[in-house]
Amino acid sequence: MTVQVVTANRLRDGVIVWLTPALSWSEDYADSKVLRDEAEANAALEAAGIDVKARLVVGPYLAEFKETPEGLQAASARERIRASRLPTITPDQGSWTGRIAG
Amino acid sequence: MPLLKGDRFIKDSWIRIDGDADLPFAGDILVPFARLLQNWGEIARHPGLVGVVFPNSERAEALQSFLGRLSLIVLPFPAFTDGRAYSIGRQLRDLGFSGELRAAGNVLPDQLQFMLQVGFDAFEVPDRFPESVWQKAARSMSVSYQPVPGARNVWLARHGAPGGDRDDQDPWFEQPHAG
Amino acid sequence: MYRYDEFDATFVAERVKQFRGQVTRRLAGELAEDEFRPLRLQNGVYLQLHAYMLRIAIPYGELSSKKLRKLAFIARRYDKGFGHFTTRQNIQFNWPELVDVPDILDHLAEVEMHAIQTSGNCIRNVTADHFAGAAADEVADPRPYAEILRQWSSVHPEFSFLPRKFKIAVTGAERDRAAIQTHDIGLHLKKNAAGELGFAVYVGGGQGRTPMVAKKIRDFLPEADLLSYCTAILRVYNLYGRRDNKYKARIKILVMELGEKRFREEVEAEFPRTVHPTAELDSKELERISAYFAPPSFETLPKISGVFEQAKLDNAAFAKWARVNLAPHRVDGYGIVNISLKPAGGIPGDATAEQMRVVADLARRYSFDEVRVSHHQNLVLPHVKRDDVFTIWKVLDANGLATANLGLAGDIIACPGLDYCTLATARSIPVAQAISRRFADLERQHEIGPLKINISGCINACGHHHVGHIGILGLDKKGEEFYQITLGGSSSESASIGTILGPGFAGHEVADAIDTIIKTYLGLRHDGETFLDAYRRLGPKPFKEALYAAPQR
Repeated sequence: MTVQVVTANRLRDGVIVWLTPALSWSEDYADSKVLRDEAEANAALEAAGIDVKARLVVGPYLAEFKETPEGLQAASARERIRASRLPTITPDQGSWTGRIAG
Repeated sequence: MPLLKGDRFIKDSWIRIDGDADLPFAGDILVPFARLLQNWGEIARHPGLVGVVFPNSERAEALQSFLGRLSLIVLPFPAFTDGRAYSIGRQLRDLGFSGELRAAGNVLPDQLQFMLQVGFDAFEVPDRFPESVWQKAARSMSVSYQPVPGARNVWLARHGAPGGDRDDQDPWFEQPHAG
Repeated sequence: MYRYDEFDATFVAERVKQFRGQVTRRLAGELAEDEFRPLRLQNGVYLQLHAYMLRIAIPYGELSSKKLRKLAFIARRYDKGFGHFTTRQNIQFNWPELVDVPDILDHLAEVEMHAIQTSGNCIRNVTADHFAGAAADEVADPRPYAEILRQWSSVHPEFSFLPRKFKIAVTGAERDRAAIQTHDIGLHLKKNAAGELGFAVYVGGGQGRTPMVAKKIRDFLPEADLLSYCTAILRVYNLYGRRDNKYKARIKILVMELGEKRFREEVEAEFPRTVHPTAELDSKELERISAYFAPPSFETLPKISGVFEQAKLDNAAFAKWARVNLAPHRVDGYGIVNISLKPAGGIPGDATAEQMRVVADLARRYSFDEVRVSHHQNLVLPHVKRDDVFTIWKVLDANGLATANLGLAGDIIACPGLDYCTLATARSIPVAQAISRRFADLERQHEIGPLKINISGCINACGHHHVGHIGILGLDKKGEEFYQITLGGSSSESASIGTILGPGFAGHEVADAIDTIIKTYLGLRHDGETFLDAYRRLGPKPFKEALYAAPQR
């Protein structure tokens, strides 16, 4: 099932963060507050907006994830790469199929 | 909105004429460019000073024949990323306009020095910044690779030109620029 | 090499102070992000996928050992120990924290470097031929002009809020190594019949969504008029460039929509008005700058170096490398060493802090302290005695810097792509690595001959795929990565934009597709015909057939 989460970058250091149920920000996408409808999504974005004004984060948006028995999984290549918080490559390797978490 | 000129906030004494409103009998009037074109005869005969709000979609040359009678030109910046009026301001000064050249719309302290340097000498600014912020912003950089007021021109300083490189250059140095 | 005087130093110092203030105000909430964004961009600070990215200017690709060592220091102290050299001769660091950026800029200022205008809707780094001052075929050195353009364009009050970014490139040889025809302004420095220096001026080249080759609007602009003329072009662009649509905001669209003739008329009408009083000053400044680019004190050497020739006989690997990576120098007994940053399976254009230090040391000892960055994402030691080349090669080889693939299939140009970049639609680096591994065999690369493979991770084309002999464009199909192949592009003096071959490929299919294309070329080429020449002769048909007729597609 496709759900949404709110994600952003931390202002001070640019690190990717996700909005948690406690309306705090975690560096682990697995801690995300899962948003199942438009009302929840809007409320979450509003909460994120408060933290933009509070100079905590920049550029929050809704990202699509899938709920699976193993947990949340990113629904696109881009969100998979963000969720892993690292590029997929290592200097002398880099496998096409491997290495993207989530 | 506060009017910034000569390093401080001053009172705006201009009367804005909107749309088809009648011109007052006296006072300094500020009219939109379309109105200027429409009613030039009447406006030219007005006993007070005349100013125009000139959109950044027009060519500077369109004002050329009016310049002798204009004491104020307001150039709006519809967005602070819309940089057309920097060139229009520059062109108006190059055409010989020596009256007040005013920036309006989206003007932030970080743009002030650029605007001064292309020839603006007055600014309608948002009221959330105190005077001191604008004073600091006008002097942000003390050197420039362009020949502009308020900063030492690096090339002039290197190669010397009589009177051309002034340490005491005031960013609000009286307009117009040389060239 | 240009050295700052007190004015240049003051300029950079004040700019850093200004930005430090802006960062402080941003963190204190006095500046909102949409107000801060254009300011941080004009100081080279992007917000990317994983973190901020800092793009540092390397004016016309020129570095000294001191500067390169400072970049190594920054890589270690503020980043993850490596940096990425770009297709505009700059360097990027992928992990700086915003709060550290003012400090990083202070460090850079110590060695006469900065990150001014490496992003934003302003005039960007002026690039030039990476063999400037050294190439055997050079007519005149473009660097003094690149330097004067750099100063002229730095924090220009009139041109800091352009419709979009603006890129200028300069070349001084008939062979265009600076890709000037895909720049907003391309300048070809040359001599007229009377032996006077001037420029052919090209405007409106570019890649991205609508790739175009530039139009020549002036056949010979006298050198004294350079800045006035460029001012006229910029003013016309600033006034009339589109601002309603980000994808139609470059000057190439204005040139196309006005038509070449009308555009030229606008510029020529503006030009006499922009002859500012410093025209004479421009000449004096140019003379002053030129002194910094006086040739180093070359020794008088024989054309053939016994040491070099013997080393080639004794060491086959060295001979292979020298054949491909050593370019002819205009002075007898010297050569231009090209350092490939494209090891098989590696990340194109990346160098570790350690590698940077090694190259810095080589530059200091063997290349009059000069090292250059090419827009092919490699490094260059421009003035090396042939007697020293073998010694240098041994050091390079010990540090993973001696891949003998310059200009060959393994010398892939790739943008950072979706692994790093928020604009990207697909990853480019793993594609580059897969192709690079497939063609790791140097014998095979030599057999194939000159081949430029360019990979872009999105339509913005920072990998310059439109001008690759083989271009690869990463796209998005329903959230998944997907790659389109183009053939026949060129960034040389006979510039051309590549044509799309057909339907795209999944990531794991791309290396196979490239392999098929190359096999097709090898099967059809005439004796000594390069890939590009063969393509221009054959057209896309045989390549399409080979790629799409195959059963698995």
